[in-house]
Amino acid sequence: MTASKALRTEEFLVNMGPHHPSTHGVCRFLLTMDGEVVIKAVPYIGYLHRALEKICENRTYPQCLPVLDRFEYCTSMSCEYAFCLAVEKLAGIQAPERAEYLRIIMVELNRIASHLIWFGTTALDLGAITPFLYGFREREDILDLFEMTCGQRLTYNYIRIGGVSRDIPSQFIPKAKEFIDKFPSKIDDYVKLLNENPIWVVRNRNVGILPPELALSYGVSGPVLRGSGVKFDLRKDDPYSIYDRFEFDIPTGKYGDCYDRYLVRMAEMLQSTRIVKQALEQLPEGDIKAKVSPQFKPPKGEVYSRIENSRGEMGIYIQSPGDSKKPLRVKMRGGSYNHLQVMPEIVKGGKIADLVAVMASMDIIMPEVDR
Amino acid sequence: MELANIFKYLYQSLANSGLPQVWVDIIALVAAGLIVFGVLAVIALFLVWWERKVSAHIQQRFGPMRTGWHGVLQTIADAIKLIQKEDITPTNVDRPVFYWAPIIAFVAAFLAYIAIPFGKGLIVSDLNIGILFIIAITTFTIISLLMAGWGSNNKYALLGGMRSAAQVVSYEVPMVVSILPIILFAGTLSMVEIVEAQAKIYQWFIFRVPFGPIAFIIYIIAGTAETNRTPFDLPEAEQELVAGFNVEYSGMKFAMFFLAEFVNMFTVCAIATTLFLGGWQGPFLPSWVWFLGKTLVLVFLLMWFRWTYPRLRVDQLMEFSWKFLVPLSFANLIIAGFMKHSKWFNW
Repeated sequence: MTASKALRTEEFLVNMGPHHPSTHGVCRFLLTMDGEVVIKAVPYIGYLHRALEKICENRTYPQCLPVLDRFEYCTSMSCEYAFCLAVEKLAGIQAPERAEYLRIIMVELNRIASHLIWFGTTALDLGAITPFLYGFREREDILDLFEMTCGQRLTYNYIRIGGVSRDIPSQFIPKAKEFIDKFPSKIDDYVKLLNENPIWVVRNRNVGILPPELALSYGVSGPVLRGSGVKFDLRKDDPYSIYDRFEFDIPTGKYGDCYDRYLVRMAEMLQSTRIVKQALEQLPEGDIKAKVSPQFKPPKGEVYSRIENSRGEMGIYIQSPGDSKKPLRVKMRGGSYNHLQVMPEIVKGGKIADLVAVMASMDIIMPEVDR
Repeated sequence: MELANIFKYLYQSLANSGLPQVWVDIIALVAAGLIVFGVLAVIALFLVWWERKVSAHIQQRFGPMRTGWHGVLQTIADAIKLIQKEDITPTNVDRPVFYWAPIIAFVAAFLAYIAIPFGKGLIVSDLNIGILFIIAITTFTIISLLMAGWGSNNKYALLGGMRSAAQVVSYEVPMVVSILPIILFAGTLSMVEIVEAQAKIYQWFIFRVPFGPIAFIIYIIAGTAETNRTPFDLPEAEQELVAGFNVEYSGMKFAMFFLAEFVNMFTVCAIATTLFLGGWQGPFLPSWVWFLGKTLVLVFLLMWFRWTYPRLRVDQLMEFSWKFLVPLSFANLIIAGFMKHSKWFNW
């Protein structure tokens, strides 16, 4: 009795976020802490809710695309792509061959850019500041490619229903090839900087283990799921567009910890360069856009189309009333939402520093969660 | 050009001016203190700029470029800005504790320089317990961090303060034990005599295999932890604790913490130079140039660490100290003791 009186500890609550350097936007965690140990973590979302789905209901289909750019701004190309695929499926539009290739080049480059942001911020979250700038240096090259193609660096509005908005300029292919050739050596630099660094390994190994069963029950997808050892990639398992024409591997992890998720993403960047390289070689000549009226009305019905985004399955559900040029209902599904929901399960009992590491390895981006 | 001769000349002319001896000593002490303070303030400002430049070039940036030649005046501009800032004291802080924490950090950082020889004869006071005094004084920094963490009445600051207390106490042990072999071989606690024991380059303690290099490495690691720098920068881990213990500080109080941090980094490197790298000893150039040069090389090493490594977790940090560094430093001490006793190694 006296001992407990002499040394009494108390749990305390910490509001981590919405303004916090490592919550990647405006996520808020309500943490119950026992000293440094996280006993309970409850995510609170909605700080970045912009009612994107509702906005889409008041716009014609082509007008929806700029809104989709804001859905998940690290991979705007993928958002547009998912939406266009859904509308094309609904209305039975076939994009020309060249457009399909251009879309895949853009989406895969965008995946690399997105993973580079993840790489930089993950290192930053674990205290290594330099890789952040290295990652952004390479991303800059990709953004230059996008800028020369569509004039934008973040919200592209490039992929359109039935094709793409404009053809690539003549200097695009040499520039892209140059990037693809030098990028693997840059990855080697990152590997030297982090993979073999004992501090990096000890911070990530056996931290935030996500068992495959738990991952599947929460609907986790993308690199996080593959990090847990489940070989599931929509590009292979539910091929859309022309992904069946390319050769690439699906890297998977073994233990489902932060380090595996890290390795999976690093390997994915290299696989994406492979796809871009093949696509650049096979790129046919021809039209870049099918004829689609801006006022077109898709037939009555509903459609769900999903693609493999850098943060997991990105799905767009559209319900069309049949007699309107505006959709009746648009639902956007992003991988981050599920990843955020599974986090409380796997950070329990860890340190506050582990929470940061897990959050970084999940690559959660808040606009995708809140929409 | 030896600066010590100039100071000696000034002191002599002061003594010959007819003032009572007491006054001469007091004036000399105050002047010495002011000179050391001024030099260190300049060094701290320089280090802040240098750190920004080093980090920038490691990260393929330029860093500050606009204020003066390659931005040398940037820190001065920043310091002026910080002085002008409103001194915010949040409500519900423990006022005296909150107020005194930066001052203690600042004073403790500078006090260590009483016993550090900047060059031949350039020392404020050659204490016969020099190294003991320095270790005792630099430990004051923890108190200030703890006060800042507690007094801020902020959960992040509290976590940061507690972390720093645990960290500095754990790393104090291997640090002191790694210094003991040096004291054992030099046979003195006085910093000047330790430097004089390393007259020839092969006598530098870092080259006295096997205990010297091991002690040096332990000292540098523990010193990095003492100064709360990456990979041991947990007390102010931005991504976990926002800014740690100094999250509530602004204006001049923040600047005091900031400057104290850089002075502490310089202290750790200056001590390492004195103990392991022969202090101010070196050919051709004046002694103070050698001292500054060696110290700045070590400072660069610490900066290099900071911009390369990720951060350890708090339990891994403790494990590393108690399960690895402490046993290693004790083993090192025992080896050094045997070597001293056996008289095989007669430097």
